[in-house]
Amino acid sequence: MHPSLAPDSLASDARPMADTPVLSIRGLTTAFRTDDGWREVIRDISFDIHAGETVAVVGESGSGKSVTSLSAMRLLDPHLSRVSGEVLLNGRDLLRLSEAEMENVRGNDMSMIFQEPMTSLNPAYTVGRQIAEVLMRHKGLSRHDARAETIRMMERVRIPNAAGRFDQYAHEFSGGMRQRVMIAMALASRPKLLIADEPTTALDVTIQGQILDLIKELQAEEGTAVLFITHDMGVVAEIADRTVVMYRGDLIETGPTGKIFADAAEPYSRALLASVPRLGAMAGQVAPLRFPKVDMETGAVTAEPPLARSVDYTAAPILSVRNLVTRFDVRAGILNRPVGAVHAVEGVSFDLWAGETLAIVGESGCGKSTTGRSLMRLIEPRSGSVTLEGRDLLSLGGAQLRGMRRDVQMIFQDPFSSLNPRMTVGQAVAEPMVKHGMIGRGRAGRQRVAELLEQVGLPAAAIDRYPHEFSGGQRQRVAIARVLGLEPKVIVADEAVSALDVSIKAQVCNLLIDLQERLGIAFLFISHDMAVVERISHRIAVMYLGEIVEIGTREALFANPQHPYTKRLIAAVPVPDPARRRMRRDAGASELKSPVRALGYEPPARHWADLGGGHLVMQAE
Amino acid sequence: MSDTSAALPPRASSRVLRSLRHNPSAIAGAAIILPIVILALLAPVLPIPSPDATSWTAIRKAPSALHWLGTDELGRDILSRMIWGARASLLAGVVSIAIALVTGVPLGILAGYFGGWVDMVISRVTEALLALPFLIMAIALAAFLGPSLTNAMIAIGLSAMPVMIRLTRGQVMAVKAEDYVEGARAIGLNHLEIMSRYVFPNIVPPIIVQATLTIATAIIAEASLSFLGLGQQAPAPSWGAMLNTAKNFLTQAPTYALFPGVAIFLTVVGFNLLGDGLRDALDPREQ
Repeated sequence: MHPSLAPDSLASDARPMADTPVLSIRGLTTAFRTDDGWREVIRDISFDIHAGETVAVVGESGSGKSVTSLSAMRLLDPHLSRVSGEVLLNGRDLLRLSEAEMENVRGNDMSMIFQEPMTSLNPAYTVGRQIAEVLMRHKGLSRHDARAETIRMMERVRIPNAAGRFDQYAHEFSGGMRQRVMIAMALASRPKLLIADEPTTALDVTIQGQILDLIKELQAEEGTAVLFITHDMGVVAEIADRTVVMYRGDLIETGPTGKIFADAAEPYSRALLASVPRLGAMAGQVAPLRFPKVDMETGAVTAEPPLARSVDYTAAPILSVRNLVTRFDVRAGILNRPVGAVHAVEGVSFDLWAGETLAIVGESGCGKSTTGRSLMRLIEPRSGSVTLEGRDLLSLGGAQLRGMRRDVQMIFQDPFSSLNPRMTVGQAVAEPMVKHGMIGRGRAGRQRVAELLEQVGLPAAAIDRYPHEFSGGQRQRVAIARVLGLEPKVIVADEAVSALDVSIKAQVCNLLIDLQERLGIAFLFISHDMAVVERISHRIAVMYLGEIVEIGTREALFANPQHPYTKRLIAAVPVPDPARRRMRRDAGASELKSPVRALGYEPPARHWADLGGGHLVMQAE
Repeated sequence: MSDTSAALPPRASSRVLRSLRHNPSAIAGAAIILPIVILALLAPVLPIPSPDATSWTAIRKAPSALHWLGTDELGRDILSRMIWGARASLLAGVVSIAIALVTGVPLGILAGYFGGWVDMVISRVTEALLALPFLIMAIALAAFLGPSLTNAMIAIGLSAMPVMIRLTRGQVMAVKAEDYVEGARAIGLNHLEIMSRYVFPNIVPPIIVQATLTIATAIIAEASLSFLGLGQQAPAPSWGAMLNTAKNFLTQAPTYALFPGVAIFLTVVGFNLLGDGLRDALDPREQ
C-alpha cells in the first residue's frame, strides 16, 4: 500500500559520515506463527544507521517497531518467528550467523536497553557484578580489572558514589538509577550499536530528561550508533538525527528528523505528528480545548468547536477536600512493628466545581493516585474531610458508602486490567446500574446499555462481546460507559489516557470533554502527562511528596509557574519540535525524594502565597 | 484507522476448544480416558458376567475365549471385575476431587481476598496439613473414619484440600491486584458479589488444570487405600483391592496382578496428559 522506499543512504543527507553504515537493514520481513499459519508483522523494512548517528523508529502500538529491533538482534523465538532479509552490522549479515556467533555479537558489538528498568536487572546479583560480567565475558578482563572498569563506567553514567554502590543490589536503586546501570552495562563493551527500546517510557519526566541527555553525551564521546525505539514524538524531536515512521508493519517514511517534523511527505506521518499534544499550544486560551480532529488517511487537521459551557465558580463547589492525610505504616523486624510511615497524602485541600476539570499532576510516588483513591475511600484516609454536596463522605457507614459510590466514580489507567475478562461488555456496563436499582435485567436495561455504548462512540453490537475482542481505546470507552450509567457527579480519571496511543488518546480526551459539556460532570484528572493536562483541564494542582505545592488555573500555572518543582516539571517535558531542541546542561543525577518519614513525624505548618485568581503557591521554609 | 470503527475482530470464544483439538497431549489423554469412562458407565448393560458371580469350576484360569482376562481365586471373571472396578476408581477420583474443590476453593478465596488474620489462620493450618505427605494423611484419615469407599473418598478429598487452598489463594491474590476488582468496589458492589463475579470466574482455569492432575493422584490413593483394605470393601470390585489379592498369587498367576496395575497406570497417565493439555490450552501466554 505504500511505495517501497529507496534505502535512505541514497537520499540526500547533509551530515558528513563514514561511508559504510554501522547497521544496514535491508528488506527485513518477519512473520509470526499463529493459529492460522504465518502472519507477516513487519514487511520489507530498510534503513541505515551511521556511526555517531541516532535513528528513531516511531509508530503506534502494533506498528512493528519493537519487532524490528528484536529481529535485528535475533532475539525472537526461532520456532515462532521467521525472519528474512539482511541485517548488516559492519558488513556482516547477522541473520546468517550461528547462535554461538550471535552470542558474541550481542552485548559486544551491539547491545540493548529495555523499557522496564525494574525487571531487566537480575535481583540475585549485585549491580556491579552484573556490569563486570559483561567486561569479563566480552573483553576478557580479570575480576580485578573488571571491577575497576565497572566503577569507571558507573561514574560515567553519573551514578553518585559509584565505588560504594558497586556491591548493592538492584532493589536498592531507584528506577532512574537502574536505567543508568542498564546503560552502563550496555555500553561497558563499547558497542558499535546501541538499541534503546523505549528506554525512558517507564521513567518520570524529570528523570527521562536526564537519561536522554546521558545517552546523547555518551554517544558524542564514543561515536556509538543509536537505534532508538519510541512512541513519544517529544523524545524523538529531542534526540534523533533521523526518523523512521512505521505503521502496521510497513515503513512509511524515513528522513532527517527536522524534515519529518516540519514537512513530512506521507499523510500518515503528518497525521501522527498532528495528533501529538504540544505543551504550550494552549497559551492564551482560558477554557480547555478539544484536540483537533486528524484524518489519519490524509493527514488533514480540522479544528473542533470550542467549549460551549463554562464553569460557574460563584456556585458552591460540588466536592471539597480539606487537609486530607493518608499514611501507610512501614513495618520491619520480627515483631512487625511500624518503624516509619509513607506520607502518601499530606494535608491536601482543594475544591472541585460542577463541570470543571481539575488536573492533579506530579511524578510517580507523589501521592496523586492515592489522593483519588482516598477521597473515594478505596483507601481509608487517616484524617481530613471530603464533602460532596454537603455530605461528609469520610463518616459514611457501609451501606451509605456503597450508595455514595454512585456519585463519585473512577476510570483506571490500564484498560486491559480494568474490565473483568469474564463479563461481556453489556454485563459490565449494566452491572452498576442494576446494582443501584436504576435498570432491570430485561429489555429496557439492554436498551439503556446500548444507548450508553453509542454515547461513548461504540457500536451497539458490541454489547455481547468480551473485552479481549476490543482494542485499548475501545476498552477505555467501555470503562467510561460503565461509570457513565450511574450518572456520577464526579469522575476520578486516574491516568485514564496514559496507556493509549496518541491518536486514540486525543479521541478519548475529546470524549471526556464532550461528556462534561453535555452532562456537567466534574473530573479529577490525575496525570503525569503535562501536554494532555494543558489541553483538558480548567485548573491544575501540582503535587510533590504527598503535598500540593501549587494550585491555580491552567493558564496562570503554565504562564507563571512559581514553585521551583512546577518549573522543573514543565521544563522537563520534551517538546515535539526539533527546532526547539535544548541540551539540558544541568544533567545531574538527582533522584526523586522519598516520602517515607520516621515514626511520629509531623510536617511543619505550611504557608501559602496567594497570587490572585485562586493561584496558590507553597512557600519555602 | 479510528478505534471506534465498527470492524471488530472475529469472536474467539471457541479458542480453548480449538487449541485443545490441536494439542497432542490432550488428545492422547482423552483417547485413553474416554474408553475407560464409557466402559465403566456401560458396565450394567455390557454382555459380561456379574463381577460377583463365583464359580468353583473356574478358579484362577488363564485368559481364554470364555474369560478374556481369566478368572480370580473365587472363579470370578477378571474382565468384568476390571470394568466394574473402573467405576470405583473413577468415582473415587471425581468425588474426592469434588470434595477438595468444594472445601478448598472457598477457603482459598477467603484467605486471598481478605488477607490479614483470616489469611493468617487459613494459611498456617494449610501449611501444617501440607507438611504431612498426601498418602499418609489419606491413610490416617481413612483409618480414623473407618473402612468404606465413601470414607476413603472423604479422606482423599480432605487430603487434597490444602493444595487447592494454596493454589486458589495465590490466584486470588494475583486477580485482586487487577483494576477491575477495585473498580467493582468503586461502583458499590459488596465483597460477596466481588468474590463470586469478579474473582472466582478469573481463577477457574488453573483450578481446572490442578483438579484434572489431582484426579490421577486420587485414583492412586484410592487404589492404595483399597489395597490396604481401607477403601472399597469385598466383594465389590476395585483395582486396588484386586491388586491386593493378586499379590498372593504372583507366582501362580502373574497376569492377575498385571491387569489392574496396567489399568491404574493408563488412567493416571491419561489424566496427567489431559491436565497438561488443558494447562497449555488455558495458558494466557498462548492466546
